[in-house]
Amino acid sequence: MSDLTNLTLAAMRDGLREKSFSAKELTQAHIAAVEGARELNAFTVETPELALAAAETADRALADGAAKPLSGIPLGIKDLFCTEGVESTAGSNILRGFTPQYESTVSANLLADGAGMLGKLNMDEFAMGSSNETSAWGNVINPWRGAKGETLVPGGSSGGSSAAVAARIVAAATGTDTGGSIRQPAAFTGITGFKPTYGRCSRWGTVAFASSLDQAGPMARDVRDCAIMLRSMAGFDPKDSTSLDLPLPDFEAALTGDIKGRRIGIPKEYTIDGIPAEIEALWSKGADMLRDAGAEIVEISLPHTKYALPTYYIIAPAEASSNLARYDGVRYGLRETPDGGNLIDMYEATRSAGFGDEVKRRIMIGTYVLSAGYYDAYYLQAQKVRTLIKQDFDRAFEQCDVILTPTAPSAAFAAGSKSDDPIAMYLNDVFCVPASLAGLPAMSVPAGADKDGLPLGLHLIGNALEEEGLFNAGYALERAAGFSAQPEKWW
Amino acid sequence: MSVDADTVRKIAHLARIKLPEERVEPMKSELNNILGWVEQLGEVDTSGVEPTTAVIANSLRWREDEITDGDVQEKVLANAPKPMHGFFAVPKVIE
Repeated sequence: MSDLTNLTLAAMRDGLREKSFSAKELTQAHIAAVEGARELNAFTVETPELALAAAETADRALADGAAKPLSGIPLGIKDLFCTEGVESTAGSNILRGFTPQYESTVSANLLADGAGMLGKLNMDEFAMGSSNETSAWGNVINPWRGAKGETLVPGGSSGGSSAAVAARIVAAATGTDTGGSIRQPAAFTGITGFKPTYGRCSRWGTVAFASSLDQAGPMARDVRDCAIMLRSMAGFDPKDSTSLDLPLPDFEAALTGDIKGRRIGIPKEYTIDGIPAEIEALWSKGADMLRDAGAEIVEISLPHTKYALPTYYIIAPAEASSNLARYDGVRYGLRETPDGGNLIDMYEATRSAGFGDEVKRRIMIGTYVLSAGYYDAYYLQAQKVRTLIKQDFDRAFEQCDVILTPTAPSAAFAAGSKSDDPIAMYLNDVFCVPASLAGLPAMSVPAGADKDGLPLGLHLIGNALEEEGLFNAGYALERAAGFSAQPEKWW
Repeated sequence: MSVDADTVRKIAHLARIKLPEERVEPMKSELNNILGWVEQLGEVDTSGVEPTTAVIANSLRWREDEITDGDVQEKVLANAPKPMHGFFAVPKVIE
């Protein structure tokens, strides 16, 4: 790992402006790091030529004093974002070879702010997974390894993003979060991940999974880097009907570290059976750290917490079954036509060949809960419980400013250890899903390590549109926790 | 509620996913596992509760009724598996 790739995004930005190194040098160092880390399988496509072209433009802008916020910063883009002229597959065989003719709003915003793209990052198929073991491109490997050298998962679905940031082969990455897909992989790899309020980042050009939940966000080394990234990623977009037409704060300016008098809520319902003692311990240590920094700790109640996961596993598959109906073999992607088959045979053969097992399972669940006779019992009931979950948060935020919980119920686990039990896999997101259902901003900050030295994250949830206070609380926690461990390079 | 093998076949057809016969029984138990688990939502009293329609208050915007895009036939067809004569083509649907 070169000194350049080990800098934070903020230090890269400042170094470029001070002419300590050029964008070309910075980008070349990252391209070498990407090439040297192929064992991690973090990328689906590498685009060094695009990164270098952006670096040349950036060097000219830097020389002219016309640098943009991300001029010369080499990023990885999750494969869920459509990128013009670069294969975009959402980790699925059904989209293999799909080359978008347009750029997603989020990636376009980053490129317009001067960033370069090193390539597309691997992910669970259609963002359905918590371990990056469902990708058509194979598993992503966590740069952190177990005590005995076991191969660990990087979390999911943004596992390529988390692995790439943790391995220091990209300056930062985009992720997307439907029920924890930014925050859980961030926790598993010792990095910071931020999911903004639903509607902050445009969904246009991002492959849809569950549209009422999907939200893009940054994954980076630290809180400041996430703040810098989000400022460029977010913003109003008329092409997304749920995009929020609101002024975009300067998130980085909110990082004062001063949280005196802020009220931190600890939800009693997040104490659940089977959570390792060291995660419980880290959680109370996190509360102590925030108290020592001047915050007030208050116990709060979110009574419907235990219903969040089952609610999510009705709503998300229902929306997915509808969204994924577009993969029909007609307009793009895979087509399988059995000999002499008619149109319906083609649809069924294409979708059977193109989707993996977890995606099929979720489409089937979604189709069932939306079908005549079951809609009220499952889908409508879930949408009502979702209202109750949202109301729990509304009441909690009358008593506190930010909520503190663990991010995930374990550290990164061994590949293959949960693949046979979908519900055990779903439980990874038990702490992340409630905020997703309520559309709230939330982040994971690396805050400590388990007995094997693996990183553990703490999770902060803010009220809607209060990203600035959330970022600042995360910044205070980051400074107090002082987590600086990095995976030992073995790849 | 649990699903039987016929229901699994019916859902697969509704979802337009060809399910080989040997996958019907495994899929049945996988679906029943998940359905059995989400069943607990039934115990929540939701009388008088409105279903969520939007998590963040937002209203649908109006825009001028004008053409903002178009004349991109080649782009639209660029990823089509079997385009013909400038159209998407599918297997014959009428005899």
